[in-house]
Amino acid sequence: MIFFDRVSKVYPDGSKALEDATLSIEPDEFVSIVGQSGAGKTTLLKLLLAEETPTEGSVFYESTDVHTLGKKQLNEYRRKIGMVFQDYRLIQDKTVYENIAFTMEASGKSDAEIEADVPHVLDLVDLGDKIWNFPNELSGGEKQRVAIARALVNQPDIIIADEPTGNLDPMNTNDVIHILKKINDMGTTVILTTHNKGVIDSLGKRVIVMEKGRIIRDDKRGKYFI
Amino acid sequence: MFWTNIKRIIRTGFFNFWRNGTVSLASVLIMMVTLTVVGFIIFSGAILNTSLDAIKSKVDVSVTFVPTAAESDILTLEHKLESLPEVALVTYTSREDALTAFKARHAGDQSILTALDELGSNPLGATLDIKAKDPSQYQSIADFLSGNNVLSSSSVGIVDQVNYFQNKTAIDKLSGIITGAHKLGLAITLFFAVISILIAFNTIRLTIYIAKDEISVMRLVGASTAFIQGPFVVVGIIYGLMAGLLSLLLLFPMTYWLGSATQNFFIGLNIFTYYLHNFFQIFLIIIGTGVILGAVSSALAIRRYLKV
Repeated sequence: MIFFDRVSKVYPDGSKALEDATLSIEPDEFVSIVGQSGAGKTTLLKLLLAEETPTEGSVFYESTDVHTLGKKQLNEYRRKIGMVFQDYRLIQDKTVYENIAFTMEASGKSDAEIEADVPHVLDLVDLGDKIWNFPNELSGGEKQRVAIARALVNQPDIIIADEPTGNLDPMNTNDVIHILKKINDMGTTVILTTHNKGVIDSLGKRVIVMEKGRIIRDDKRGKYFI
Repeated sequence: MFWTNIKRIIRTGFFNFWRNGTVSLASVLIMMVTLTVVGFIIFSGAILNTSLDAIKSKVDVSVTFVPTAAESDILTLEHKLESLPEVALVTYTSREDALTAFKARHAGDQSILTALDELGSNPLGATLDIKAKDPSQYQSIADFLSGNNVLSSSSVGIVDQVNYFQNKTAIDKLSGIITGAHKLGLAITLFFAVISILIAFNTIRLTIYIAKDEISVMRLVGASTAFIQGPFVVVGIIYGLMAGLLSLLLLFPMTYWLGSATQNFFIGLNIFTYYLHNFFQIFLIIIGTGVILGAVSSALAIRRYLKV
């Protein structure tokens, strides 16, 4: 489904963020990517989203090189991916409802679909009662759950969660991981980057370890190992 | 789908305008200043033009004829003058009319009237007042008058005096001032217009800079350029509309207050009356400038954040 073919990335300042990375991810997989800060995890995700272009190599999504996509196709491709960030990145002057509705509007869904799906997806992340709140009225855990609901609402093929628990306490961390597992069980591919040993160990799923821009381990049922 | 998107873009624009109240207010106020400057540029243009027209209309060449000149000779000359392409208007004042006007002008001065009575006959000659289409054309009219055209049927000179030659320096100077004022007025107008447009553009750029993270998120959820840019352009248009309406309102008391001053100072143009008479055109210019400025600034300013 996703294939990184000998991908390297050197930033304009000369720093090597990724070196000769080859990696494939199958549908319905739950893949965790671990590594210290600067190991290249975020660069890997940015390359997948075509937010950055590789210096060498190619990134494929279902046999399409994502860096050859035109603007319109790129927008369509990105709608197949739900993104969850460490800093939530909610739109501050939109309510919870509008933050989620926005991604549906962007993908051309009808008003009726939006009105039906937004409350449903908020119930899924247990935030049905915060639908008209603004992001600054929510706790960190709640914001992250809104971000997950936003990533989920277009029923994407892949959810990418870039250190989603980095700013959360253990309780909220568990909630978020539990939701991600549930999403994966329903058939969505999940790619998770994290620093949290407990999270990785409790998942018992595939773990990719990165160091200085290289993939140094890839275990089918891995544990946290750096 | 197209109309649904348009509806969504407009709705989002309105929400964004309303929810970012402080930023919106600041932007509207800055744009209001810009548009008020535009208003005053219109007024100063009108003042300049009216003043120039008034000055131009005051400049003329006046030919005084000797009292013995026959009226038929003068009228023949009048017709010749009227056929010249440079001439806009020729006014004939007969000897009798000149006397009546003279008496009226000096009605309060008994000694002059008594002196006139003692003369017995009318000492004044008839005059032709000639207005050119443009001040620079008086020279050729004056040349025409100094040639053979001004001889009577019996080839005797009938012109007593052509005041152009007395006023030549003043007329030349005035022509220079009028051309200079036109150029200066245009330069100042452009200068203020550019400065105020730059200020308004930068204000809008700042408001979009504040939203740059949100724009990158919109990009990552797969929103199209038009879908991201649209609401910002709508907000820019609302800024322009609101600022335009406010500045149109503000111009009422301002022109009212300045009206009598401009009327006394600038040859009778009251800018308040001018504003009222030309309200529809000024409304279109100010609102149009505001809307275009807001929309174009937003569209340009957002471009650099759309590259993700």
